[in-house]
Amino acid sequence: MQQLAGPAPLDAALQLKIHELMLTTRLLEERLIRMYKQGDGFFWIGGPGEEAFNIPLGLLARKGQGLDHDYLHLHYRSTGTLLAMGADPIDSLRQMKNTATDPYSGGRNFAGHSSMRKWNVVPITSPIEVQYSIAPGTAMAQKRANSKGITIVQGGDAGTAEGDFATCLVWSSRPGAELPVLMLVTNNGWGISTPASTQHGEKYIADRGKAFGIRTKVINGNDAEETYHELQEAMDYVRNERKPFLLEAQVSRLYGHSSASGANFAKHEVDCLADFEQKLIDRGLRTQSQMDEMREQITQGLLEASRRVVEEPQPEGSTVWDHVFAPRNHVKEGL
Amino acid sequence: MATMVQAVRMALHVGEERLGVTDIFGEDVGPPLGGVFTATQGLKTAWNTPLDERGIVGAAMGLALAGQCPVAEIQFCDYAFNTIDLLKLIGNTYWSSNGDWNCPLVLMTPVGAGIRGSIYHSHSFDAQATRLPGWKVVMPSNPLDAYGLMLSAIADPNPVMVLLPKALLRVKAGPGEQIPGEPDDERALSKMIDAPVGDRSGWEPRWPDTPDLFVPIGPLRLVRPGTDATVVTYGRHVPVARRVAEDLAEEGLDIEVIDLRTLHPYDWDGLKASIRRTRRVLFVNEDTEITNFGEHLLRRTVEELFDELLAAPRLLAGKHLPGIGLADNLERASVPQREDMVDLLRAMCAETRGAAGPRPAPAVRLSRENTDASAALALAYARR
Repeated sequence: MQQLAGPAPLDAALQLKIHELMLTTRLLEERLIRMYKQGDGFFWIGGPGEEAFNIPLGLLARKGQGLDHDYLHLHYRSTGTLLAMGADPIDSLRQMKNTATDPYSGGRNFAGHSSMRKWNVVPITSPIEVQYSIAPGTAMAQKRANSKGITIVQGGDAGTAEGDFATCLVWSSRPGAELPVLMLVTNNGWGISTPASTQHGEKYIADRGKAFGIRTKVINGNDAEETYHELQEAMDYVRNERKPFLLEAQVSRLYGHSSASGANFAKHEVDCLADFEQKLIDRGLRTQSQMDEMREQITQGLLEASRRVVEEPQPEGSTVWDHVFAPRNHVKEGL
Repeated sequence: MATMVQAVRMALHVGEERLGVTDIFGEDVGPPLGGVFTATQGLKTAWNTPLDERGIVGAAMGLALAGQCPVAEIQFCDYAFNTIDLLKLIGNTYWSSNGDWNCPLVLMTPVGAGIRGSIYHSHSFDAQATRLPGWKVVMPSNPLDAYGLMLSAIADPNPVMVLLPKALLRVKAGPGEQIPGEPDDERALSKMIDAPVGDRSGWEPRWPDTPDLFVPIGPLRLVRPGTDATVVTYGRHVPVARRVAEDLAEEGLDIEVIDLRTLHPYDWDGLKASIRRTRRVLFVNEDTEITNFGEHLLRRTVEELFDELLAAPRLLAGKHLPGIGLADNLERASVPQREDMVDLLRAMCAETRGAAGPRPAPAVRLSRENTDASAALALAYARR
């Protein structure tokens, strides 16, 4: 019945907040793509098409530093999650332009590769799926500390073919030592140019959790409200039961894999932002002209920010030797 | 009179008690076995993992990022090859996050041939390990260094790989290699810290009171001073080189032996001083010879000291073979042997290339006091 009726609407203020964040995320990604195409960046990769999933995730995560907060092992399509947590969009522009002011990597890494210790966002890496091998470690520390924090690990569908995904299933469900890990798979049906249907025989990736006694669910990640409810329920379970949960969200990939595949809009995929905007119009929460105005304002703001960013200094070549070895134990000291 | 494996165990105990070690883990690391080489018997934070090296290395990284102090073991380095990209990631985390996330963990693994371990228990890892920037890499050659380097590895805010030469794990401490506080009698120590055969469920170790003696990561150790040639090695070939030097002394050749101890960041100043003094250098290790760590040291030697050398610098390393065969003759034909070292040193000492060259050997002498393990230990101890 609930399938037919659709998810229960969220509180109106929350709907508007989610919309603004989804819109900002989409426009930020489009600005990043524009920067790449104009030569203000070497490579673009990001998450347009995952906003309806990533925004609720960022809003629901228990943000902060240390074991009492959630550890986030994200992937390079997670910018929306960071924005929902409160990240400044200009920092993504800085990483695209690889400026010295890029707070995530100081101009060392690609766009979308965030890292923020003060929010437990561990460095996002290009080798997809390694995060699934690392996540059990932070979860073990949280379980031992008897904290309320959980470990959230997210990747795409193609990468679940890697052994690290199996590692996470095994390590999270050791009998008597189950871990508070929320395993998220945003399934866009693609691995660069290869359709998942030609490589994966399992009906749902989430089904793989069942063999380990892990609770699983498959959801429509293009629906922000469904995502919000389901993530909340999954997080509550992991947070309270201190056991793993595997959630598969079916999402779109709206600008292809990366700039390497052209970064052009995919007209035949579901656009979660357009769908959500229509819902807000239907519910009388925002009018088309209000949304057009928002779009114009945000676009203008990002354009101005990108103009500032391209004037910011690039890292000096001599700084390559900085941060090879740590002089002190930042992660332990919490400094 | 500890063996190297007992020394590692005592260091890990000190790590648990006083340096904040939270997890010692790997395949068969926890009770009842306490490690296939017994390195982790009786340790209160030791636990068993699934048979999954990527999981072990990944969990170590996650624990480290969550402010814990993990010591992970890969049972044999031969099984670490499927973790290379995670090791690379651990090494680049501090750098790629521009100094935000350091990754303090210890990864220990037995390396090398010498126990008739055949194709998958004889690999070396020094060539791989030194190709992982962001890691510190140490390799002890005796129990005291194993103890002190392990403590330094645990205390370091960076990832540190402790390569344990498996052929030396059961070799007892020699003169000057005893850990302060351990009983002189090896049987007494064994009774205290070796798990009994059979049912161990009620067993608890009695740890000797050993101090926080740190062998600093970096400085090499002068094993034996000499004037005619320098042998630079680490791990299993240190005692071999020492015996070779003692034998060649009877032929009138005075060979200096250096135990590098830290492969990265290595003590180039110390090496350079020794090579400039003896003007002949032989690098020895047992990893396969193509893109071997010793080749890097050779390259620096040639670039920086070429005019001062009396003999072409040499590398004695393992053959570039797909594996180390089980039969004794096969293993001996694959990795450096005592006789190879003797032959090479004799040949090198007969060479006097450039003896009348433009730059005489400098008078700088490598001070034994500055590099000797016990002095370094005493210094580190005094500072605490």
